Amino acid sequence: MRVTFSANGKPVEADDVWEGESLLYVLRERVGLPGSKNACEQGECGSCTVYLDGVPVCACLVAAGQVQGREVRTVEGLAGPDGELGVVQQAFVDAGAVQCGFCTPGLLVQTDALLAADPQPSDTDIREALSGNLCRCTGYEKIMDAVRLASARTCARGAEK
Amino acid sequence: MQGQKNLQKIHQASKDGVGGSPLRPDGTLKVKGEFAYSSDLWHEDMLWGTALRSPHPRATILSVDVSEALAVPGVYAVLTHEDIPGEKYYGLEIADQPALAIDKVRYHGEAIALVAADHPETARRAVKKIRVEYEVLTPITTEEQCLDPETHGYVHEPHEYKSHAYGNVCHEQKLVSGLGVTDEVRALADVIVTGEYEVGMQDQAFLGPESGLAVPAEDGGVDLYVATQWLHVDRQQMAPVLDLPLEKVRLTLAGVGGAFGGREDLSMQIHACLLALRTGRPVKIVYARDESFFGHVHRHPARMRYEHGATRDGKLVFADCRIVLDGGAYASASPAVVGNAASLGHGPYVIPNVRMHAIALYSNNPSCGAMRGFGAVQAAFGYESQMDRLAEALGMDPVELRQLNAVTQGDRMPTGQEIDAPAPVAELLQRVKDMPLPPPLDPEHPDVRTLPGALSNTSHGEGIVRGVGYSVGIKNVGFSEGFDDYSTARVRLEVIGGEPVAMVHTAMAEVGQGGVTVHAQIARTELGVEQVTIHPANTEVGSAGSTSASRQTYMTGGAVKLAAEAVRHELLERGRHRYGWTRDDLSLAGGKVVSASAGVLIAIVDLLGDDAIEQTREHHHRPTVPFDKETGQGFGHVQYTFCANRAVVDVDVELGLVKVVELTAVQDVGKALNPLSVVGQIQGGCTQALGLAVMEEIVVKDGKVRNASFTDYLIPTILDTPPIPVQLLELPDPHAPYGLRGVGEAPTVSATPSIVAAIRQATGKALTRIPVRPEHLTDTL
Repeated sequence: MRVTFSANGKPVEADDVWEGESLLYVLRERVGLPGSKNACEQGECGSCTVYLDGVPVCACLVAAGQVQGREVRTVEGLAGPDGELGVVQQAFVDAGAVQCGFCTPGLLVQTDALLAADPQPSDTDIREALSGNLCRCTGYEKIMDAVRLASARTCARGAEK
Repeated sequence: MQGQKNLQKIHQASKDGVGGSPLRPDGTLKVKGEFAYSSDLWHEDMLWGTALRSPHPRATILSVDVSEALAVPGVYAVLTHEDIPGEKYYGLEIADQPALAIDKVRYHGEAIALVAADHPETARRAVKKIRVEYEVLTPITTEEQCLDPETHGYVHEPHEYKSHAYGNVCHEQKLVSGLGVTDEVRALADVIVTGEYEVGMQDQAFLGPESGLAVPAEDGGVDLYVATQWLHVDRQQMAPVLDLPLEKVRLTLAGVGGAFGGREDLSMQIHACLLALRTGRPVKIVYARDESFFGHVHRHPARMRYEHGATRDGKLVFADCRIVLDGGAYASASPAVVGNAASLGHGPYVIPNVRMHAIALYSNNPSCGAMRGFGAVQAAFGYESQMDRLAEALGMDPVELRQLNAVTQGDRMPTGQEIDAPAPVAELLQRVKDMPLPPPLDPEHPDVRTLPGALSNTSHGEGIVRGVGYSVGIKNVGFSEGFDDYSTARVRLEVIGGEPVAMVHTAMAEVGQGGVTVHAQIARTELGVEQVTIHPANTEVGSAGSTSASRQTYMTGGAVKLAAEAVRHELLERGRHRYGWTRDDLSLAGGKVVSASAGVLIAIVDLLGDDAIEQTREHHHRPTVPFDKETGQGFGHVQYTFCANRAVVDVDVELGLVKVVELTAVQDVGKALNPLSVVGQIQGGCTQALGLAVMEEIVVKDGKVRNASFTDYLIPTILDTPPIPVQLLELPDPHAPYGLRGVGEAPTVSATPSIVAAIRQATGKALTRIPVRPEHLTDTL
């Protein structure tokens, strides 16, 4: 089948998609967006989290056909138009929250969604919001630091305006 | 005076040099989703490979029929062991593992045949059409069965043994020190405690699945882009199987999504190359998560018996230990794991009389090998549980008992090896004890998300008891027992765009640990330049050894330092020759050649010109020797490293649920080359220890894996993981580059027992098995 949807604001089209393929497979193998990661492919680790019509979902659990005509935003779409890092991306780099980095794309999308809904989450709010994203390297401490940093920078920027 | 000021500025250590915390050079790519992990690789015309795996832990293969699979449209090759051109067996230490099963299978999930197809689903469907006839045999799975081969059989027939194995014993190491453990020695102790302990099978559970892309080359060789921990040892094992000379098997490191020991053995490397060479097309293999659980070795499960005696005032008199590690079907790293368990299995304590017997068994359980902590983790749960037991029997404070017996510099290990570098075990314990405790649970207004059971809303604070526990552990750094452990680095200094730029080329596997950051820091420090490029790791430069055993900063970092020093030496020689400098107080700083007494002599770019300097150096650590087989004596380890922990837990004693509230770590790192990364390593290591303490286990029943998925094999989430305050001690090791100490493993060794100790304190349960499960706490087994 042919699937057409919008990925990071651009129309994309995938041909010869087998009905059993996931959105994750189509993104990674057919439309050249391998940023979303394939760690468990059963919705347990969050590494493949993307926005689907503005809602974070595990791309591995979405059948390719379900995204027909819809809007997908992946980690590749978090940077600015000139490639400059978004607040959340920069905070993850600065805080040392990236080690192997395989969990990072999913965490970035989930954090982006969290801060959009609540710019000043408590530590427990952060832990609850990110509890679907496994990280095996960091022990999560520096991820907490990154989210707090992104929150502080977002709020400071808001105050400036 | 202005000149002096400028000189000071030039000499100021770059914030991005050794001791600073510059950011990862790959960090920006990683947060943009542009970093190419091994599973992201793509090649025009590429095929997908996958394996048929055994559903039985032990069976004789009567026949394999691949004709139906070959007939599936889109399938390009189906291979069995008969299609292997060269050697059929490989292995890290003992070549006892067939690349594809021959006549029999020895564990659940062993690869039997391979398929290459144009779509991963086509390959999976074709695998299901391979017909295998088995004669299913009763698996050999328990210690008792393994040790009675006359009754239960052999995992490998005795004539198949390729090392010093006997019965189903893959490897053993004995150790005796002092008077050993005799009745006379026992009589010297006022208090004796014994305990039997069990450790479940833990998985590395790195997130990036085993994967890579093999591309057939025009010269008949193959190029493999792969996630691994050691490119050269992969190649060494692969080439004989592929029947190719080493130089025709070229490996390049692709992005690695974590490793933790699980990528030290081969997984898909040979399989992808066999398929690529057969089909003449690039072949990509990416394991699904269940295949990953089957496709790599795990942490050895262990059964241990410990007996400790002490005087009434708490001085240890003797330790008698037996450690039985289940190595599973193939040897992998079991011999080295046994060596570690035997030589580190008493902990960081002075014990005048010791007897130890450590063995690894062959069984029809999944193969076990390297995982963070490598034989020291299991033992630490044993000896630290014993310390708490002893403290209780003596009525002593458990931290004081540990401090009373702690090793320090100048002491001898039970192997007879003198500890010839700082060993601040008592101080680490004191510091961890002195750190402030987290506030008590607020019984009036608890946030249920912070309680045991967390989001399941199982309690609102009732039935919850808090406990605190302590532990300390010891780990060796680098490869031991006479292994010629070395690493190679090439450093090039040239002028690019008017700036001096250093290029560092090594074969080090960057698996997330941050070696690439540290190499740049070392080159900056040694060459006084800001710009450093890290060349992709491949087999075009000499071996870097493995990214394991906490050794890479020590070994490859050491090699980068040596090569950079050689470049600096050549550059300064050039200046001496050209300008007749006679001073011996020259150094490189701030992009200039600087004399301590005469100031700036020349800019590096002007001295270097178009004539770049390149030097390659190997870094070998000082030699070690194998342990004596019977007595365990010998200078077997290069360096020791220590970490102390305190755990605070809340336990719901009605439901048996545990919440770790805080896990504190204090570690001596010798010198923190990059404090941000070092702290990250310690926090990550503590979290894997938390997993082993309360949740992580591959459940194997009758040789079958019951939970090969992230749904059923649980690793800690951010909700399960508490704040992990870390304090660093920096007591330089005089034998190591910059005085550094390997960091990555020690916290994984030490942190587990502290959590179990805290749960014991909260519940009063003995808790002799990890992971601790709710049924252990509620007596509902």
